[in-house]
Amino acid sequence: MDTNQKYLVGIYEDEDEVLHAVSEVRGKGVKIEEVYTPFPIHGLDVALGHPRTRIPKAAFLFGLTGLTCALSLISYTMVFDWPMIIGGKDAFALPDWIPVSFEGTVLFTAFGMVFTFLASNGLWPGKEPRLFDLRGTDDKFIMAVNLGSNRLSENEIESVLKESGAIEVNVKQF
Amino acid sequence: MAGHSHFSPANVEEHFEFTSEGRKRVILAFVAGVVALVIGIFLLSRGEGHEAAHAVAAHGAEHGGHLSGGAVSHHSAAYDWTNRIWVNLWLNGVFFTGIAIIGMFFVSIQYLAKAGWSSVLKRIPEAFPKFLFVTFPVLLLVFIFKGDVIFHWLHHGITDPASEHYDKIIAGKSGYLNKTFFLIRMVVFFALWLILWRSMRKRSLDEDLNGGTTNFYSMVRIATGFIVVMGISSSMSAWDWVMSIDTHWFSTMFGWYMFSSWHVTGLATITLTVLFLKDKGYMQYVNANHLHDLGKFMFAFSIFWTYVWFAQFLLIYYANFPEETIYFLERWEGHDKVYKATEILNVFFNFFFPFLIMMTRDAKRTPIFLKICCAFIIVGHYLDFYQMIMPGTLGPNGGYGLVEFGMVTIFASAFIYVISGELTKASLVAKNHPFLEEALHHDI
Repeated sequence: MDTNQKYLVGIYEDEDEVLHAVSEVRGKGVKIEEVYTPFPIHGLDVALGHPRTRIPKAAFLFGLTGLTCALSLISYTMVFDWPMIIGGKDAFALPDWIPVSFEGTVLFTAFGMVFTFLASNGLWPGKEPRLFDLRGTDDKFIMAVNLGSNRLSENEIESVLKESGAIEVNVKQF
Repeated sequence: MAGHSHFSPANVEEHFEFTSEGRKRVILAFVAGVVALVIGIFLLSRGEGHEAAHAVAAHGAEHGGHLSGGAVSHHSAAYDWTNRIWVNLWLNGVFFTGIAIIGMFFVSIQYLAKAGWSSVLKRIPEAFPKFLFVTFPVLLLVFIFKGDVIFHWLHHGITDPASEHYDKIIAGKSGYLNKTFFLIRMVVFFALWLILWRSMRKRSLDEDLNGGTTNFYSMVRIATGFIVVMGISSSMSAWDWVMSIDTHWFSTMFGWYMFSSWHVTGLATITLTVLFLKDKGYMQYVNANHLHDLGKFMFAFSIFWTYVWFAQFLLIYYANFPEETIYFLERWEGHDKVYKATEILNVFFNFFFPFLIMMTRDAKRTPIFLKICCAFIIVGHYLDFYQMIMPGTLGPNGGYGLVEFGMVTIFASAFIYVISGELTKASLVAKNHPFLEEALHHDI
């Protein structure tokens, strides 16, 4: 992320207020970067117009990778490199492999999704947290508007936020 | 989403009307089933009966050695063409008992978990157990009068050491598998299911009239009791009604296996009924979010069924004991491969299709995908029960014909008739359910 970005931060007191404020502010042509709340609010992602997460697609691909890896490993070790006969079955005994392939699929999917999620949210060890307002982790609802991505002026946006019910509007720079 | 619902508990009440047009269609389907059955029986009594006699002769010779511990050869001597009718009655009796009791099971889970979302549609599964009044006498009468057609262990002299039919393995199980104890178990299970359902239903209807939370809490207690009863009775009825057909064989997974088959069929039937009522203009307050949850249930429990089916198969395949593998060999390559196609379809209909069709979020929210999936699941699990029951009873004389088609049509139309009648007795939504408001705003 680029340094030196200027934000206007609206502070709201109530979850219904912030939910309505999101539609109102967006209706006036202001682009909201993100809303930070102490707890999840139903419908907020829809109101913000965020695109649907692509993590299920990533999960599917990770799963497919896991399945391929597990099957390759088992078939290489059990059939090609050193054929093994277990329980009088052929070396290529697919039913026996299913539990391991399943576990491989799940393992790759789980780890893949966690790391994808962390990476796409910019969370890694030692990362300096980008807090717009500490009260957003307690009892206030924080709306962040990036001035760089909006055409309206700082004053205009400030008045839009105030009109929508923000109890205070602060400037924050990163 | 807050503020987006147009319904409030005051105006959701609606009554399903079982129109004379609807009745006529269901009765027509019933009559078609009867006609198919009668033609099927007629054909069976003439042509196929003769053919079957040949098959039996060939079969008897093939397995003349009588595999000890095997399930294959025990019925060949006593085969009569009418057996197929009784076995079909038993198959459909067990299958539809499952759908009916899963209605109660679904409602109980919702109450036990104090779930809110399902309160808009719980009246539908709540009506299902009514059909136990039909399947109970069917199972009871078939067992009393034609039990020996279905159960090897009921054969004359099988537990008598002096008899030429004496079977040591079966004699060893006779403390559990005997006619009296079997009947006691069957009557006790049905009695408990019906009593618990009736008391649940009574409180549910009383809630519509009087409101309050007293009924809700007593329904939570009934649900708790029912889950305990179901935990035991579902396993035991699986051993009794289905697993004991292959008397020599046993599987410790079987109770779960049959229960999971019942459960996912019940879920598909609930979903299909909801979608059907929505198409008829009822239940507009059931939205894509409720359908999504039902879809997730069907998706998850299709995988659960596969897990149980596969766990049972894998252990037997891996251990490779002849007395266990015979169960799958019989279905895969036994009986002139009559059952092989069903065995393959079973896995496709009940695992691959639901798994692939229902994987995405959008599919679970789209009625047409749900309907296709419900159809696969219901037909697939009929085949699953067919596969559990037919090879051990009919052996090489099994197959698909007008008898099978007619019988399942009769049961299905009777089920629709009885459930529709039960649905008319109360509002389609439990209007005083304490969590109804939550369900109306359900959003996932």
